[in-house]
Amino acid sequence: MTSIATMNYAMATTEFVAPQQAPQAVRAPIMKVLFGDMLSALLTLGALAVILSLLPAVRWGVTDAVWFTDDPSACRSGGACWAFIQAKLRFIMFGLYPPEDQWRPTVVIALVLGMILISLSPALWGRKLVFAWIAAICAMLALMWGGFAGLSHVSTAKWGGLPVTLLLALLSLGLGFPFAIFLALGRRSKLPILRVLSVGLIETVRGLPLVGLLFVASILLPLLLPPGLDIDKLGRTLAALTVFSAAYLAEVLRGGLQIIPPGQVEAAKALGIPQWKAIQHIVLPQAIQKVIPPLTNTAIVMVKNTSLVMIVGVFDMLSAGRSAAMDPVWPGPYTEAYLFVGLVYFSICVGISHYARWLEIRVKAKDYR
Amino acid sequence: MLSTLLDNRHVRSAALQVLLLVGFASLLYWLWSNTAENLAARGIQVGFEYLHRQANFPISESVLPYDPSDSFGWAYLVGLTNTVTISLLAIVASTVFGLVIALVRLARNPLASAMATAFVGGVRNMPLIVQLLFWYALATTLLPAPRLAFNPLPGVYLSLRGLYIPSVSLGPNGVTFLMLAAAVAVSFWLFARRVPLVARRASAGIAIVAATIFATTTLEPSVSLPALKGLNFVGGLRLSPEFAALMLGLIIYTSVFISEVIRGGIEAVSRGQWEAGRALGLSERQTLFRIIIPQALRVIIPPMTSQYLSTVKNTTLALAVGYPELGLVVGTVINQTGQAIESIAILLSVFLTISIAVSLFMNWYNAHVALVTR
Repeated sequence: MTSIATMNYAMATTEFVAPQQAPQAVRAPIMKVLFGDMLSALLTLGALAVILSLLPAVRWGVTDAVWFTDDPSACRSGGACWAFIQAKLRFIMFGLYPPEDQWRPTVVIALVLGMILISLSPALWGRKLVFAWIAAICAMLALMWGGFAGLSHVSTAKWGGLPVTLLLALLSLGLGFPFAIFLALGRRSKLPILRVLSVGLIETVRGLPLVGLLFVASILLPLLLPPGLDIDKLGRTLAALTVFSAAYLAEVLRGGLQIIPPGQVEAAKALGIPQWKAIQHIVLPQAIQKVIPPLTNTAIVMVKNTSLVMIVGVFDMLSAGRSAAMDPVWPGPYTEAYLFVGLVYFSICVGISHYARWLEIRVKAKDYR
Repeated sequence: MLSTLLDNRHVRSAALQVLLLVGFASLLYWLWSNTAENLAARGIQVGFEYLHRQANFPISESVLPYDPSDSFGWAYLVGLTNTVTISLLAIVASTVFGLVIALVRLARNPLASAMATAFVGGVRNMPLIVQLLFWYALATTLLPAPRLAFNPLPGVYLSLRGLYIPSVSLGPNGVTFLMLAAAVAVSFWLFARRVPLVARRASAGIAIVAATIFATTTLEPSVSLPALKGLNFVGGLRLSPEFAALMLGLIIYTSVFISEVIRGGIEAVSRGQWEAGRALGLSERQTLFRIIIPQALRVIIPPMTSQYLSTVKNTTLALAVGYPELGLVVGTVINQTGQAIESIAILLSVFLTISIAVSLFMNWYNAHVALVTR
């Protein structure tokens, strides 16, 4: 340890010290990393204790589990019953959709995956891709709905499982986005009435729990609309999710609009470009590009939020999993069903967030300012 | 004449706004007239008189005393206090737990921080409602019967019937006593911060009043331990499976998000602050709690506010596991009375009020800790 005196001496002599390489990082031996000091040792012991306490869960989920069986009574041994997931996979995935037509929701899922794969590369983003998405979603809805070209009509009451979850997430984000743009622009507008209305709507929706909005949609909406006009349950739920995502997306977009320097609009004005064109072609594209990471976060939140529609009785993947576990033939494998459904949500959300990270790096690399 | 008027920016924006207002007003009027027509067609009476009628439905557990012969209004209040209680418990517990997770993730121990990272990644990517249902299923199907209950600590039993813990009672005057003690503590804390003479006299006065009340209240402290009697436990405090699943799910889910907020805040404080703390000879812990966290708070508070708010809103998911918070009570009342408009209006206005109140408080607190610059 250097004493104060030598430090003073070193400062006084002001001799030139050549720049030196940082010392090589020495990889500490593993025991030292784990048990080097009191705190590390405590943390290691704590982590080991957590791992040990998870052992019964591993025993339940892996070693004692029944993986393959056609006989539900084999599942009463006390371990997890993964054979149940296998037996009920079609039901959890497609719900009450008529079994002979289940290729249709399968195609819908494949279409969603395909469209997402196509949209991954920012190089392809543009007007064409937007139209492709609109066409694809119309095709998906038509395929689910049926009633043409020999396809039998399947009412939305029979839709269920993963396609419903995916369609609700995609549609609520897709329909919410244009609303969000108007709300975000309205919130930053100089017109007081427009601003008050936008702020009021955004803050009201953000102040309410989604469950409350779903109640409004499923119970109050039929009262609010004229007697002849009936929207089915799925449509009402979608309306609530859309309003919800619009309010949250609007706040994200507002953040993007705030960091666009006012010089951009002034330059457009100086060039004689009308204001709405300047917003459409200059401000919005830049603002959206800036907020891609929080937009993907909102997308993850919305995917997770679709699971709440179970509360108003929409038969999404979670409800399908739950009613699959209610089958009296099986010994009530609720835990397994929820784990499986959670795992599907997990893969979707982790996929989006990894993509977001990749995209963020790419966008940053392209940003030359 | 007309075209020059339309070219005028002020006229144009005024016209646009008037149009907007008229459009909004007519939308409201349209909805209102539809509702009136629908209500008339179904013969539903709108009004809040039903709040005084007898509720006649049970509420399985509550902080306030409740009986099915109480009124609908009281039932709402019982639901609301349940909501507020679980929100407060979840917020406090997940703030503490979140801080721990954040610190473990930032620690240099690779095993511990990897486990914390995996935990955060797993929890934040699954919907809360799935997690709540999972914990509830675990608590109601995989736990043993009372006879074989887990007994991790003396006096603590975990079984299908819920979690039994020892309860401490201060006798009939206990609640008054605790509330008074809390009030005295808060007032002393407030006065200790700024001590002008008047404040000191006032606190002395409060101390005398409090001392007299404390001296006159009689406390009958007692401890009750749960014990197996027949098929179930007797004594102690029972936490129902619904409550336990809800709290576990809410706390785990919220603390993960809070830990991300705290970690972001701590990482936002420049490394130089750590180095300066070390250079001054402060220990790592002193540096963390006296230098880093106070500065990190400025980054942490705004996102923390939204986390707290979403926790309050997330309590409505309790209706998936059947814990009687406000949302569940409102759902039950709608089923019983058909007073949907009033019930939902009450639900929405309660949450809007809570949201606005929490925002105002957190904004005040944010201004309080903000960096003062000249």
